Amino acid sequence: MKYLEEYRNPQIAKRILDEIKATATKPWVLMEICGGQTHSIVKNGIDQLLPAEIELVHGPGCPVCVTPLEQIDKALEIAAQSEVIFTSFGDMLRVPGSEKDLFMVKSEGGDVRVVYSPLDAVKLARDNPDKKVVFFAVGFETTAPNNAMAVWQAHREGLKNFSILVSHVLVPPAMEALLSSPLNRVNGYLGAGHVCTIMGWEEYRPIAAKYKTPIVVAGFEPVDILEGILMLVRQLEAGEAKVENQYSRVVHRQGNRPARELVERIFEVTNRKWRGIGEIKSSGLALRAAYREHDAELIFNLGEISVEEPADCISGLVLQGLKKPVDCAAFGKTCLPQSPLGATMVSSEGACAAYYAYSRHTFQQKNRASAKKREAVAERDLS
Amino acid sequence: MCLAIPGKVLDIYNENGLKMGRIDYAGTVNKACLEYVPEITQGQYAIVHAGFAISIIDEQEAQKTYAVWEELVESAAAEGTDIFGIPLENPPSDVRKGKKS
Repeated sequence: MKYLEEYRNPQIAKRILDEIKATATKPWVLMEICGGQTHSIVKNGIDQLLPAEIELVHGPGCPVCVTPLEQIDKALEIAAQSEVIFTSFGDMLRVPGSEKDLFMVKSEGGDVRVVYSPLDAVKLARDNPDKKVVFFAVGFETTAPNNAMAVWQAHREGLKNFSILVSHVLVPPAMEALLSSPLNRVNGYLGAGHVCTIMGWEEYRPIAAKYKTPIVVAGFEPVDILEGILMLVRQLEAGEAKVENQYSRVVHRQGNRPARELVERIFEVTNRKWRGIGEIKSSGLALRAAYREHDAELIFNLGEISVEEPADCISGLVLQGLKKPVDCAAFGKTCLPQSPLGATMVSSEGACAAYYAYSRHTFQQKNRASAKKREAVAERDLS
Repeated sequence: MCLAIPGKVLDIYNENGLKMGRIDYAGTVNKACLEYVPEITQGQYAIVHAGFAISIIDEQEAQKTYAVWEELVESAAAEGTDIFGIPLENPPSDVRKGKKS
């Protein structure tokens, strides 16, 4: 497939890797924001190919993972109602709430359907005027325009039986929350390519400058990610903290203007709770007053739900780059993709699920060895 | 969740007042909303996320990046090896003559 295979070329990947090895002289901790990038890194073994100086930690960029348990419980409550057709992308169906998941609601008779696009949910509303059609609007800036278009389309068609359960989150406030933490270890960010396809990268410049942290917007194929890492390492070694764009075939400085305009028209910025991290100020989206007739939380009059996370789950620390999945005692034992304990195991894009899918739990010894190697590099650097 | 893949626009049509297109993803054809790429034309490649084209792939930028990578591979070939350090069967003539730069 054009625009895919050339970015998976092992020869080019190896050559960029050699450049990274030749450039890195100090230990650097780099974080990829997006779960799609985490998946690609682990799948292709990029973290294991990098020199000991470079440590990759995995960021909070998996919207499925960071959707709070309370929001999942609200979805389950709505989906169980007889007059409802509950629609969602497939990856939300097996995410456990405090007692069950959407698959279980479906098996108990709930009308739960997977859709490819939120416009498919609008069609269901059009075709089923006697039903309340609800779409579970989860996602980052990449997905917000699609859900905005669904609401706008339903609104102009007068489809009052269409609503969305909003759980939208925004990337830059989370990046800033991590950088401002006293525990922060991140020296450079790989920016989320598809979030920036919508938003552009101007809003990252103040973050890079304030925290003296370079940010390179990167794509998702192995060569894209390696080139993004090389660009970060070059900046770090030169003492620079700029925003650069590796994914220039797709991402433009201003992002996608029509998409941004519709998101702005339909949604407003609000505080949001991130599963595993907690509430981050101005880090989410909610429907504007003019479109609240499409807000499922208001239509179904759902009260506040408060749920506790399992105590032995360290996903909050994994999402902040402070721990690796293999550091968790429950990983691969009591916490499995079929029965996840927390945020980072629930979606295939979560760091724990990616580590599990590519058998990293069997490489724990190797990981410990590379940790020792990293410590040796750090000591060498200090001495 | 933010997965988006490249596809080629086969044709463009209107559905319920929205600009839509049929997109070919290496043989699998599906429809996508084209409202966010209003200038797109038939035959162009777009990045598609959850049923919406969100960017037209910039052919010139793609070529520019690829040219840089090709140079990296060529610089390894000039040393008489592939990028894994294995000697090439037919190295460039100046390398064969021992004039490795």
